[in-house]
Amino acid sequence: MDTPNTYRAGPDEQGHFGIYGGRFVAETLMPLILEVEQAYAAARRDPSFQEEIDHFARHYVGRPSPLYFAERLTDHLGGARIYFKRDELNHTGAHKINNCLGQILLARRMGKTRIIAETGAGQHGVATATVCARFDLPCVIYMGEEDIERQKPNVFRMKLLGAEVVPVTSGSRTLKDAMNEALRDWVANVESTFYIIGTVAGPHPYPAMVRDFQAVIGEEVRSQMMAAEGRLPDTLVACIGGGSNAMGLFYPFLDDKAVRIIGVEAAGHGLESGRHAASLTGGRPGVLHGNRTYLLQNDDGQILEAHSISAGLDYPGIGPEHAWLKDTGRVEYVSATDREALDAFQLCSRLEGIIPALEPAHALAHVRKLAPTLPRDHLLVMNMCGRGDKDVFAVAEALGVHL
Amino acid sequence: MTATTDTAAAARTRLTRRFAALRAAGRGGLVTFTTAGDPDFETSFEILSGLPGCGVDVIELGMPFSDPMADGPAIQASSLRALKAGMTLPRTLEMVRRFRARDAETPIVLMGYYNPIYSYGVDRFVSDAVAAGVDGLIIVDLPPEEDAELCRPALDAGLHWIRLATPTTDDRRLPTVLTNTSGFVYYVSIMGITGTRSASAEAVQAAVSRLKRHTDLPVAVGFGIKTPQQAAEVARVADAAVVGSAIVERIAAGLDDAGRPRPGLAGEVLTFVRTLAEGVHAARRG
Repeated sequence: MDTPNTYRAGPDEQGHFGIYGGRFVAETLMPLILEVEQAYAAARRDPSFQEEIDHFARHYVGRPSPLYFAERLTDHLGGARIYFKRDELNHTGAHKINNCLGQILLARRMGKTRIIAETGAGQHGVATATVCARFDLPCVIYMGEEDIERQKPNVFRMKLLGAEVVPVTSGSRTLKDAMNEALRDWVANVESTFYIIGTVAGPHPYPAMVRDFQAVIGEEVRSQMMAAEGRLPDTLVACIGGGSNAMGLFYPFLDDKAVRIIGVEAAGHGLESGRHAASLTGGRPGVLHGNRTYLLQNDDGQILEAHSISAGLDYPGIGPEHAWLKDTGRVEYVSATDREALDAFQLCSRLEGIIPALEPAHALAHVRKLAPTLPRDHLLVMNMCGRGDKDVFAVAEALGVHL
Repeated sequence: MTATTDTAAAARTRLTRRFAALRAAGRGGLVTFTTAGDPDFETSFEILSGLPGCGVDVIELGMPFSDPMADGPAIQASSLRALKAGMTLPRTLEMVRRFRARDAETPIVLMGYYNPIYSYGVDRFVSDAVAAGVDGLIIVDLPPEEDAELCRPALDAGLHWIRLATPTTDDRRLPTVLTNTSGFVYYVSIMGITGTRSASAEAVQAAVSRLKRHTDLPVAVGFGIKTPQQAAEVARVADAAVVGSAIVERIAAGLDDAGRPRPGLAGEVLTFVRTLAEGVHAARRG
């Protein structure tokens, strides 16, 4: 594949990143998808829209989040200087709120009166329920029955925030089925309802829109690293389920050719076990949920269930821009197993006093392997995209501890 | 002319011939939907083979998919039953081939989602579908914006491309939807998924009139039609009524606790289809 002049120009007008992306939705949704695209384009041209986002990002979400030098982890691993981008300190405990804030402000501009969302780990559901409470819009969250079992604290949080949580019992009862059910709701309530998609996937313009709302992560890292070290980082590492925290960190650096960029997928029980969630490493291109991207699927094009200890990474697809960045070779994609993530989860808790979510624990698992191989002046940034409070029950169970 | 083009030309005329005959007879048609391989290949084929004898005018055959986003619980379940019983896209084409060997006249339209076709390979699928005797395609997640994917290759091969129009398809968008649509237009009478709400007769009539102002193609109306009476009401104002979930629910009702078809299931399903056809055929178009 030819090297493009810029990696930041996508998508094209049809929503394509190379062959990926697009708008593969039912006709009922198409007029609304086009309306969202127009409304988002208009909002981007309106300075008051960004001012509104900035205001709430600062005073409600708590941005900018710190760029923290993880000194003890750095000493422990004995290689690169490791920085955490502390998006787990955001209001609601993860990066998800960056996107929800942008989308609900757009929904309000469009005059929508009802919000729906899907959630896996519950972080996006909590973030959506939060902004719905703040902006006084009724909120329905679709969540797989299995995830509801794994993420009870977040389910209760959403209910406290006034959202209705609908258990999804179809299919594998996880994130992909929650997304199917949210799409079914949207088709039936298309005039009143805005669907806040939680990751950089779905029909155009969602992948680009969610990326834009998350890009604040990488933009802050640029200026914060310049302030801390006087230069750009050498390596970026982020975990990938749908890929929104990673796109947010990576996007502002895509054209800085000297910056090495690594995405870490969930390898579940191991890639060779077939029980994993690594769409880029273990899948092939297909069409699902409105976009073409890498998918876990069988020979007949039927979508397979993903497996990961992290409910937030448990999705058989990935954002289309990541699919394109993989094919172009700009970003390296690797994976970490459940076991490696659990080990990293505990290590980080003890060394840094930060209990990470299981999702960034996957990124950390790769940092553990990578950092010792790098020189001591190498600057590595890992996106600490969520905190682990929600995961303590699941981790205790995995470690055989009875609470 | 190559053999493939001959088959394609015949395919194109089979569907248009059928709607022309309905128009000449002054009656509306019945279009049925069942999922290929539900609850298993042989039972599904037995039902399929019996449909023309029950008075079905056009057959929609579902290609099962693991994630049918636009379908309600009944068709989701039928799709999963078929997949569990080992149904695949090649076996769906095999089912059409077997049907075609004994029925050269009843049009068959394959309905489903894009990914299994994309996985099979678009060019290979289109030529295999034509060779099997498929007349047209309805692919739910391929809107006009994605016509380069499968719509144009399918039309070039002589398959009909049947598009869904919905209550959200306004007059501004309708020409976009009708471009590259052939065979008939499938009007989705409600906003929502299959087998849930039903539209009022007045709403259907108004929608069909609106479509007819934009196209000469026959208009079939579906989503939420459950009884012979509803089917008849729709067939009075549209060129055809589509019934899916109500038939598929009868397949589900005919399974034992282990999910196996009880003896006589196909017969029971076909009896219901016959009552639908009688309702539709008795309804003269005004």
